[in-house]
Amino acid sequence: MSNLVIVEHDNNEIAVATLNAITAAKQIGGDIDLLVAGENCQTVADSAAQIAGVATVKVVDNAMFGHHMAENLALLIADVAKGYTHVLASATTFGKNIMPRASALLDVAQISEIVEVKSPDTFVRPIYAGNALATVQSSDVIKVITVRTIKFEAAASTGGSAAIEPLTYGSDSGLSSWISQAVSGGDKVELTSAGIVVSGGRGMQNGENFKLLQSVADKLGAAVGASRAAVDSGFVSNELQVGQTGKVIAPDLYIAVGISGAIQHLAGMKESKVIVAINNDSEAPIFQVSDYGLVADLFEAVPEFDSAL
Amino acid sequence: MKVLVCVKRVLDPQVKARVKSDGSGVDLSNAKMTMNPFCENALEEALRLREAGLADEVVVVSVGGGKTQETLRHGLAMGADRAINITTEEALEPLAIARVLKHIVDQELPGLVLAGKQAIDGDSNQTAQMLAGMLGWSQSTFISELKLDGDTATTTREVDAGLETISVKMPAVVSVDLRLNEPRYVKLPDVMKAKRKPMDTIELDSLGLDTANRLTVLEVVEPEGRSAGIIVANVAELVDKLRNEAKVI
Repeated sequence: MSNLVIVEHDNNEIAVATLNAITAAKQIGGDIDLLVAGENCQTVADSAAQIAGVATVKVVDNAMFGHHMAENLALLIADVAKGYTHVLASATTFGKNIMPRASALLDVAQISEIVEVKSPDTFVRPIYAGNALATVQSSDVIKVITVRTIKFEAAASTGGSAAIEPLTYGSDSGLSSWISQAVSGGDKVELTSAGIVVSGGRGMQNGENFKLLQSVADKLGAAVGASRAAVDSGFVSNELQVGQTGKVIAPDLYIAVGISGAIQHLAGMKESKVIVAINNDSEAPIFQVSDYGLVADLFEAVPEFDSAL
Repeated sequence: MKVLVCVKRVLDPQVKARVKSDGSGVDLSNAKMTMNPFCENALEEALRLREAGLADEVVVVSVGGGKTQETLRHGLAMGADRAINITTEEALEPLAIARVLKHIVDQELPGLVLAGKQAIDGDSNQTAQMLAGMLGWSQSTFISELKLDGDTATTTREVDAGLETISVKMPAVVSVDLRLNEPRYVKLPDVMKAKRKPMDTIELDSLGLDTANRLTVLEVVEPEGRSAGIIVANVAELVDKLRNEAKVI
């Protein structure tokens, strides 16, 4: 067996999610190579070579890969993948965008968002917003996989000494071009890697009230999240959304404030180690999954909680 | 320009999926079914393009079992001009669905294909990207904004870090996220009108495509549930529990 893991990066740093995908590759077994495609991305290749357990880092440094456009990247992945039995990427928007396209070019199925490796050809993945777990066996020669990061520890980012192998590759398809990226949040704690997350729902009533949660989050070193109801109501922007259609996270502590606990929200946070729910409706479904529930008016409870920290 | 919108019939998102006791899958017998929410956003966007004079025909297509036609009728009631119903009793994987859709695209020659970013049953998030790859077309996924400008489209994508804006050459396959728009409600006269709109029904087998599944589902189980914990009396008790019992703050 031989694994190729597609490295997600911004031409400077490797995304932590890639380290989780490498751990999934280790569980599959066999050699692990990495593919770094980017523009002026030598520092990424150098750090990738330090990751424990990696044999070879293949690097394609070309302006056409600078923004990871799917059309070019999928062609590259499909080409390099032909020497491997398994091709993996993390199930982030990066992996979700490119991997199915590469699968189609290889004429193989993709196994999305695996949460467990049963054997080199058998994997467990959640379906129906995590309300069911399917064990699936692949008959394809090349298995294309995206990895749900919260279910695999991050591989050690040091201790390895992989060979770096530069590749040259093809020409720009010219099908798409990058224009801009609006990154909100600034220096705030990132939702997917935060140890503690404080999330607000429809009960927050407006975006201004999210300051109450931000204050708590600042004290706890936590990230702020939101339910789809809060995002759809325009209180906060979508990258804060936790749920089936947003981010799936598993922090040590998840504090759900004014969130009723719709199925699709639970899908994004029920793997958290400790769940706290603060809601004035004692019948809210969120209390069925919370370790500690507080039935209270959030506008009284949250400031009190804040000052007690 | 013709816009092809791919839609799927799924379990109603408000209904909790129940796993069959024999572990063979999710029990959909007598369950309330509906159009996948993301597919409704895709169709809504196509209708708005037509209303803005940027598209002249909106065609909805679906691949599924006998009752898929109900979902397509809903699409017609929303305002699509006609429907294509590819019927099969097999549960096809995204790769096979994409192959069927490519066949339809090759026949229909739309200038734009819109699809939901994922279906809320399989949660695969694959079909649109696979279709784009098979066609060799440009793709933009998980979009919250679409602007057509001649032979290109400017799209804003919802990515993990925030919003990414990219330009894609037409024709393109575009998968949509929920914040793109608010799908319209269907009124009774629309439902009546939809009954008279054309729907082509094509048996999948008659197309002669390789739609064999590559994955075997060995087992479907319910995940281990979380049990409800305790209700604390006040904030002071909550802080105490988090500090001294759970030790997480």
